[in-house]
Amino acid sequence: MLAFVLRRLASAVPTLFIVVTISFFLMRFAPGGPFNLERPLPPATMENLMRAYQLDQPLWRQYLTYMSNALTGDFGPSYIYKDNSVAELIGKGLPYSMELGFYALLLALVGGVIVGTIAALRQNSALDFAVMSVATVGVTVPNFVVGPVLTLIFAITLAWLPAGGWGDGSLRFLILPMIALALPQLAVFARLTRGSMIEALRTDHIRTARAYGLPAKSVVVVHAMRGAMLPVVSYLAPCAAALLTGSAVVETIFTIPGVGRYFVLGAINRDYTLVMGTVVLIAIFVIVFNLAVDILYGLLDPRVHHD
Amino acid sequence: MEETKKTMEPILAVRGLKVSFTTPDGDVNAVKGINLDVRPGETLAVVGESGSGKSQTMMGIMGLLVSNGTVSGSARYRGQEMVGLPPKALNEIRGAKITMIFQEPMTSLDPLYPVGKQIAEVIVHHRGGSQKEARPRVLELLKLVGIPDPERRINSYPHEMSGGQRQRVMIAMALANEPDILIADEPTTALDVTIQAQILKLLRDLQKRFDMAIVLITHDLGIVRHFAERVVVMRHGEVVEQGATAEIFGNPKADYTRMLIEAEPHGRKAAPADNAPIILEGRNVVVDYKIDGGFLKKRANTFRAVDNVSISLHEGQTIGIVGESGSGKSTLGRALLRLIASKGAYRFGKTDISDLDRTGMRPLRRSMQVVFQDPYGSLSPRQTVGEIITEGLYVHEPQLTRAERDKRAIEALREVGLDPAARNRYPHEFSGGQRQRIAIARAMILKPQAVILDEPTSALDRSVQGQVIELLRDLQSRHGLSYVFISHDLSVVRAMSDYVVVMKDGRIVEEGVTDAIFSAPKADYTKTLIGAAYNIGT
Repeated sequence: MLAFVLRRLASAVPTLFIVVTISFFLMRFAPGGPFNLERPLPPATMENLMRAYQLDQPLWRQYLTYMSNALTGDFGPSYIYKDNSVAELIGKGLPYSMELGFYALLLALVGGVIVGTIAALRQNSALDFAVMSVATVGVTVPNFVVGPVLTLIFAITLAWLPAGGWGDGSLRFLILPMIALALPQLAVFARLTRGSMIEALRTDHIRTARAYGLPAKSVVVVHAMRGAMLPVVSYLAPCAAALLTGSAVVETIFTIPGVGRYFVLGAINRDYTLVMGTVVLIAIFVIVFNLAVDILYGLLDPRVHHD
Repeated sequence: MEETKKTMEPILAVRGLKVSFTTPDGDVNAVKGINLDVRPGETLAVVGESGSGKSQTMMGIMGLLVSNGTVSGSARYRGQEMVGLPPKALNEIRGAKITMIFQEPMTSLDPLYPVGKQIAEVIVHHRGGSQKEARPRVLELLKLVGIPDPERRINSYPHEMSGGQRQRVMIAMALANEPDILIADEPTTALDVTIQAQILKLLRDLQKRFDMAIVLITHDLGIVRHFAERVVVMRHGEVVEQGATAEIFGNPKADYTRMLIEAEPHGRKAAPADNAPIILEGRNVVVDYKIDGGFLKKRANTFRAVDNVSISLHEGQTIGIVGESGSGKSTLGRALLRLIASKGAYRFGKTDISDLDRTGMRPLRRSMQVVFQDPYGSLSPRQTVGEIITEGLYVHEPQLTRAERDKRAIEALREVGLDPAARNRYPHEFSGGQRQRIAIARAMILKPQAVILDEPTSALDRSVQGQVIELLRDLQSRHGLSYVFISHDLSVVRAMSDYVVVMKDGRIVEEGVTDAIFSAPKADYTKTLIGAAYNIGT
């Protein structure tokens, strides 16, 4: 098991390298630069800036410099947030994004599995149809619509919850952004669970369990659910990576000081180092969660061996 | 008969039982009001071909129908009505008083839990106590069903056991609460003949010991004859005939029963002339499978599936290759066709094909065809039958016009006994036997010289099997074909081949003229195999 983890972590190194390299050059091939503002800067100022940030050097040298700095954990200064390094910006915002993302993930997973299981057990009934229609709406309605609607109803009309901000970090501030963030993922989990539960309930060993008089609860929970969770667990990795690294839309609507905004702001402003920092962050999350999910898979299914 | 009825009150009395399924195309009546009795301690065989409703009858009684199925009528267990019983009350009977084992030992156990835990779960549910308290009983049961080293195997997962062992585990589970009735739904169909005989013997021994009734659902009359006291014959959801086994076999009243009994493959094939030239030959065939590691892993193992086997097929000959699963018989067939990487010297007619690559083999392919076991999986569901059978012509006779191809398709379908109109329809509209005819037509349209038949009849009912065998023999004599007939079914091999090769663990154990092999087998393994197939359970 330990060997498996180490081997997987070792194979993450080339993956990260390739991701960083491709992003670096893609970013540079995009037209414009960090200092091309609406009102052009005087040429002399521009030249000084370019020199200060070593943007006047050949691209391959910039790449080598970036790579060697990144290896030591230095992801460079942000071009737009001038007093902050990329590492500082991410370090400041990440805890907010992660906390919000964690609650959203929990809500999406638990809610989705429960909804999907109920739909599967009442397959093709009115309840199944209703629940899955709502889930489809959850996927299709974008969260920049869900967010303001939630705010309008619960913060403004009913005035039960704050409309935005982090406040003291108490749950009251988190509920609305958490729902907006979780809803599309909850719908995906519900669909996945429903599909694999229906399949699991049709298997021969479920027939065996029923033939031996085991009560419905243990047939569903002990025998069907565990097998049905396997595809759900597979989706957990990309979902967790997406939720924990923050969402630009939700964080902007609810004014959460997380890292989600940086990716979009960085890309718009050609803030090369900030975009690269965000890319590395997301890549690391994806790799780590995929590894975690593979381990979890092995624990759920004895036929999977990590050796 | 009247006497026994009075003294032996049935423990399960089924009256007017109906099972139907709601489908988008209307209701399907799978069981149409049948009556049958199960008496204490007896073995009752319910026989019939696929679609006869024999399994659905039992599923209906046990409340195990799929969600669109409904059951009506009456089934009384010791006087208690089971049809319409709420799940909670039904669960008192299921798994305790009436238990079941199924056809699919590979999938009937939950793959995610150790077998011991699954047996214990059934004990704990019906008798109370904890998993830990049930452990001695589980060990005792595993020992009873002949699982070696139960202390260790109690913690094994199903995938770590063979098919035979899994079926033994299922039997242990079935016996756990000492039931009155054990329903065995095709319990040995998926198992090799030698394992089949062991499982049936085990069931018989345990039946005596626990004095339970066994309801044996099967299509295999060989098993019924040796194993059951009474027989119920079903067809199209109705009981055709029932009575004592000896009576049914000795003096069948219904035509259908007679047909079933006579459907055992018969006839023999004469050997070709001694000077018939060799059409297909493999010398010192060796096939190794690599079991390799994966990314960043160097370790690789090889598994020798076929170990130094030589075989020569003469013109007009049928060589039967017999063996149990894992014996390498199918792999050998594929190696002879040069479909997989293998070592050895091969020739087709006078051509040396040992070193030919795919392109080199292509012109010869039309002369060496293959028919596979699974008539469902080996035909593309998205092509019409006409497209399926004429596909080979595009490669081997590209000069044909569309009209000529169509003519050939009509000929080929007629030859295998299908209506030529079939060529505009899709495979799913046909039964298993018809699909196998389509697969044969696909091979025959190219006018081959040698055909490898890989278990072509194993997925078919006995009566259909007989027809397909007749067809194959007929085509052989009409076109002077040579067959390699691969099968685990000895009676079919006996009827089809003039020469038999017995394989085990990738090697030839024994070979010779069919009659000699069957009447005087020399190798111990052949004796076991023939004994298991023809004297089941004795």
